[in-house]
Amino acid sequence: MARTQTNRLDQGGRIDRNTPLSFEFNGKVLQGYQGDTIASALLANGISTINRSFKYHRPRGVISAGVEEAGALLTVSDNDGEAIVVRSTIRALTDGSQVKSQNCFPGINFDLGRIIDFTHKLWPAGFYNKTFKWPNWHWYETSIRRMAGLGKLPETADNNKYFHHNLHCDVLIVGAGPAGLAAALSAAASDARILIVEQDHEIGGGLLRHPATIDGLDSDTWIDRTRATLKNSSNVTIMTSSTVSGYYDHNVLTITDRSSNGIKRFWKVRCGEVVLATGAIEQPLVFMNNDRPGIMLAGAAMEYVNRYAVRPRDSMVVATNNDSAYTVAFTLHDKGVKIPAIVDVRRKVADNLAHQAMQRGITILSGWVITDTMGGKGLVKVRMAALAPDNKSVENATTEIKCQGIAMSGGFNPTAHLYSQAGGKLVYDPTLACFLPGNCQQRVMVAGGANGKFMLSDAVAEGAQLGARAATRAGYECVPVAVLTPATDSYKLEAMRITPAGDSSRQWVDWLHDVTVADIELAARENFVSVEHMKRYTTTGMSVDQGKTSNLNAITILADLTNSPIGKVGTTTFRPQFMPVSMGAIAGQRHGNLYSPARLLPAHDWHANHGAIFENYGAWKRPEYYATNGRNRETAIREEVLALRRSVGFFDGSPLGKIEVKGPDAGEFLNRIYVNNVLTLKRGRIRYGIMLNENGIIIDDGVFARLEDNLYLVSTTAAGADRISAWLEEWHQCEWPHLELIISPVTSQWAVITLAGPGSRELLQSVDSDIDFSVGALPHMALTTGTILGIEARIQRVSFTGEMSFEISIPALHSQTLIEHFFEIGGDNIEPIGIEALLVLRTEKGYMHAGTDTDGTSNALDAGFDGIVSKKQADFVGKRSLCRAEDQRKDRRQFVGIEPLDKNENLRAGAHFITSEAKTRRSEGMVTSACFSPTLRQTIGLGLLERGFERKGETVTIFDEGRTFKARVVNPVFYDTTGEKMNG
Amino acid sequence: MLQIPCPYCGCRDESDFSFGGESHVSRPLPDSSDAEWSDYLFNRENPKGIHYERWLHSYGCGRWFNLARDTVTHQIHAAYKMGEPKPDLADVGND
Repeated sequence: MARTQTNRLDQGGRIDRNTPLSFEFNGKVLQGYQGDTIASALLANGISTINRSFKYHRPRGVISAGVEEAGALLTVSDNDGEAIVVRSTIRALTDGSQVKSQNCFPGINFDLGRIIDFTHKLWPAGFYNKTFKWPNWHWYETSIRRMAGLGKLPETADNNKYFHHNLHCDVLIVGAGPAGLAAALSAAASDARILIVEQDHEIGGGLLRHPATIDGLDSDTWIDRTRATLKNSSNVTIMTSSTVSGYYDHNVLTITDRSSNGIKRFWKVRCGEVVLATGAIEQPLVFMNNDRPGIMLAGAAMEYVNRYAVRPRDSMVVATNNDSAYTVAFTLHDKGVKIPAIVDVRRKVADNLAHQAMQRGITILSGWVITDTMGGKGLVKVRMAALAPDNKSVENATTEIKCQGIAMSGGFNPTAHLYSQAGGKLVYDPTLACFLPGNCQQRVMVAGGANGKFMLSDAVAEGAQLGARAATRAGYECVPVAVLTPATDSYKLEAMRITPAGDSSRQWVDWLHDVTVADIELAARENFVSVEHMKRYTTTGMSVDQGKTSNLNAITILADLTNSPIGKVGTTTFRPQFMPVSMGAIAGQRHGNLYSPARLLPAHDWHANHGAIFENYGAWKRPEYYATNGRNRETAIREEVLALRRSVGFFDGSPLGKIEVKGPDAGEFLNRIYVNNVLTLKRGRIRYGIMLNENGIIIDDGVFARLEDNLYLVSTTAAGADRISAWLEEWHQCEWPHLELIISPVTSQWAVITLAGPGSRELLQSVDSDIDFSVGALPHMALTTGTILGIEARIQRVSFTGEMSFEISIPALHSQTLIEHFFEIGGDNIEPIGIEALLVLRTEKGYMHAGTDTDGTSNALDAGFDGIVSKKQADFVGKRSLCRAEDQRKDRRQFVGIEPLDKNENLRAGAHFITSEAKTRRSEGMVTSACFSPTLRQTIGLGLLERGFERKGETVTIFDEGRTFKARVVNPVFYDTTGEKMNG
Repeated sequence: MLQIPCPYCGCRDESDFSFGGESHVSRPLPDSSDAEWSDYLFNRENPKGIHYERWLHSYGCGRWFNLARDTVTHQIHAAYKMGEPKPDLADVGND
C-alpha cells in the first residue's frame, strides 16, 4: 500500500493525530487529520498541482495559508453543503469532504484550455474590447464564458439556516492576533463592553504561524492564558470563525459568523470605537513564471510546518527582500525541508542571519533575483542571476537550481480593507514599501501589522495602547496592560519586488485574473494611466480576492511605467465585502413565505371557498376571477361581466385606499391638493377627483366624500393608499402646518363590499337595515350612514362599472358576515366578480385608471380635465405647472377610446399608434387598456394619442410587435353614454 | 447605516427613516415666472459639505424633521424640527 501523507511531519502541529480523516480530491481518496485545512491536507499528501487558472488554464498550487489565497480555490462538497471558489487554505477538512479542481477540462492533469496559454500573445488584457468590430463577438462569446470562470454553480439546495442579529458594544476589536489580543486585555480591565472577532476558528493570529516568547511564556501558553482571562471577563465576548466583512457609516460593521454547524449568522454591530488589528498580508515577488505549483509565500510555508506539521515541498528556494524570510528558511530547514539557497535582493545581509545560514549549510545569494522557473506542471527548476549595479537589469551569468518549491517574501502590506471601507485614506510609506492607514473620519484606530508594525514586540505594544485608548474614548477609565515581548525580529526591507528582466508577458501580478506585467505595460501604453483605469483595463485586483496579493505590485509597476511616485498613483477604493458573503446570509429568513408580507382581504376565506383564483396585486392577494363549476379564466371573466350587467355583482373593494381628513381646515387643505373644487361639495355628497404632483402630472385618482362638515373621506387607488397618506402628511407637516386637521389612514379598518348592477337596489332593500336605499334618499354620488344587520355602515353611491352601484363600508371584522347575508338574500341573482371582470367593466365605461391609462407624462389636461381646471380659482398642487406652454400644447398625448375595425381584433395594451408615412414612421402614443367586451361583443380599448381630442372619428394605424391593423379613435365611453343606468 | 437622531424619538438606525431631499425650499407664489417655478421644481443644492435636508421617521413617529449632515463625512451636525430655521453651525470645525 502506498504511503500516504508523504509530507507530514512525525511530530508537532496543532492537528489532532488521534482523529484521522478521509477525503477525496478529484475522486482520489486521501488522508488527513482533524485540524487540517483542505490545503494543508493536500500538501501533506505531496500534492502540488491543485487547480487551473482563470484565463490561461495554467497549473496552480497553494500560494498562501490564509484568506488571501489566489491559487487553490476549489469546489468542495462537505457537511456544510456544496460550494465553489472555496479558499482551501482556510476551509477546515472534514471527514468525507469531496474536493474538486475548478476550471479544467477534462481534468487537472490535462486541460484542453491550456491552448490559451500556448497562444497567449493573442490574448492580452482587454483583447475582447478590440474585437468588437470584427469578427462578431457573439460568435465566440459563449465559448469564452464557458472557458473562463471559477467553477460551476452548485445545483443542490443550500441547507444552511441563516439568521440576522443585531449587537451594540463599546469597543469592537477586529482580529485576535497578538495586537488584537493585547488590545482586548487592555480594554477588558475597564467596564467597557468589548467584542473581539476573529475569522480563524482559533485565536492567536500570527503566533500560530510564528511561535515566539511573549510575556515570558511560549506563545501557545500565552494564548491559552489570554483566552482564559478574556473568557472570565464578563464584559468581553469572543467570536471566532467570524469574519468582519463590511464597515459602514457611523461605526456599523457586519460580521458573518460560521461558528455553528448548519447555521450561519449575519451580525450587524454598532459600536462606540473600533480597533482594527487585522494584520498584514505578505506580498509576492514578480519574476518570469512565478505562478507554478510549489511557489508560495514564505510565511505560508512556515505556517504549514509549524501549524499543520506539513513539509510544503521537499526542497524550496527562499527568495526575499527582507529579514523575515530567514526565520522561514531556518524553520523549514530544521524541519527537514532542503533549502538549496536564499536568494536575497539586498546586497548586504545582517551578520547574525548570515551566521545562522552558514551553520545550516544554506547558501545566501545576496544581490540576486530569480529570473525564471521551469516545470511542466509543478516547479522543477529555478533560474537566478545577480542584479546589475544599477538594479535596472540582471547580469548575464545565471545559475539554475533544481527544487520543488519557492518560499518568497516581498514584505508585508497592511490588511487595511475595512479601514478603507470606513472612508479611511491610505498613505504610501516608501521605507516599508506599502500603504499605511492615514486618517479616517470614523471612530477607528489601527493597531499592529495593519498599521505597519510588522515586528511582534511593536504590534503587541501598540495593541495594548490602543485597546486602552478605545475604552477611554468610549467613556470608560482604562490603563493599558503591559505585555512584555523581546524585540527579536528584524525587517530591513529593500523596496524591490519585481525582477527587472525577462518576458513581462510571463511575469504574473494577479494570479486570479491571470494578469501579467505585460498587461499593465499595455494599459500604460494605451494611456490608461490612472490607477482606476489600469485596474479596470487589466482587471487586476478585480477578482474574488480584491487584489490582496496583487494590488501593491500592480501599483508599483504602474508608478514605474508612468514615472510617478507610488504614493501619487494611490490605491483604488476597497468595498464590502472583505470576504465573500453568501446571498443566504444577506437574506436571512426573508425568503419563501417570509420574503414579503401578504395582505389578505378580511373575507379571504369566503372568497377561497367560492372558487376565487387569487393573484398578487401589490402586497394584496385578491380574486382575479372565480373558477365556479370549473370554468376557465376567459369564460369566468365573460360570465362575471354579464352577470353584473344583468343582475347583481359583488366585488370586494377592501384594499381601496381610505383616508379620513378631519378638522376645521380639512376642506381648505383638500382644496389645495385636489384639482377639483372641494369647498363646494355639500355634506352627504361625493365627487370624483384627481391629484397632481407639483409638475402637473396625475399621481392618483379617486372619489372624495363629505361625511360631516369637518370630516372628509378620501378614496385613493388601492396601490396609492399608503403613498397618498404619506403625500398628504408631507404637505400638511412641511408646507401648511398651520392648517388645523388630522389625517387618519383607515384603509384596513373598513372592508368595502360593492354591490352593482340593475338588481342591486332591490337586493339591498331586502336586507336587514335601517337605511333608505331609494333613489330619492340615496342618488348617485351621495353617501349615507346607518346599520346593516346591526353593523355600522357607510354607503356611497359610486360606480366604477357604469351600473347602479353601492359601495358599502363596514368594520373589517364583519366583512364575511355581511357577504354571507347578501348571498343568502340574493340567491342566484348575485355573483362575485374578480379584478379582471372589473377591469373589463370599467373599460366599457371609459373610466381612466390612473397609472394604467396615464403615465409619468400625463397631466390633468391630457386626461380631459381642462374644464375643471379652468373653473378653479384657488391654487392647488400642480396648478402652476399646467399654465406652462408645454403643458397646454394641443399635440400632447390625450386620453381616447379605441375601436378596432375588426371587431375581433387582438388589441393589446402596449401596442403603439403609428403615423402613416412609412419613411418617417414614429409612435404617436400607446394603447393603455384593451379587452374583448362581452357586453358590446367587440374588442375595445383606451389609450393616449397625440392630438387625441381633435381626432375623434379618425382611422389610425396600430402597431403590435411587427403587425399593423386599423382602428377608429372614439369617445372613451362605450357603454351607457347617457349614464342612465348608473344614475338610476 | 447612519444613526439618525429623531428630535421626537431619539437615535435610530437609518432604515427607520425616508430621505426627503433639500430642506428650506420655498414654494413660489402662483404668479411666479416660469424660471422661478422651474427652479423650485428641478434645481437643488448639491454641496460637498453641510447639507440641510428633510427626513421622515417613517417607521417611528411619522414626523418630518430636518438634519444638517455633511455629505462627505456623513457626520450629523444638527437635528431640528420641521419649520425651525437653519441652525447656526459657524462653530463647527473640522473634527
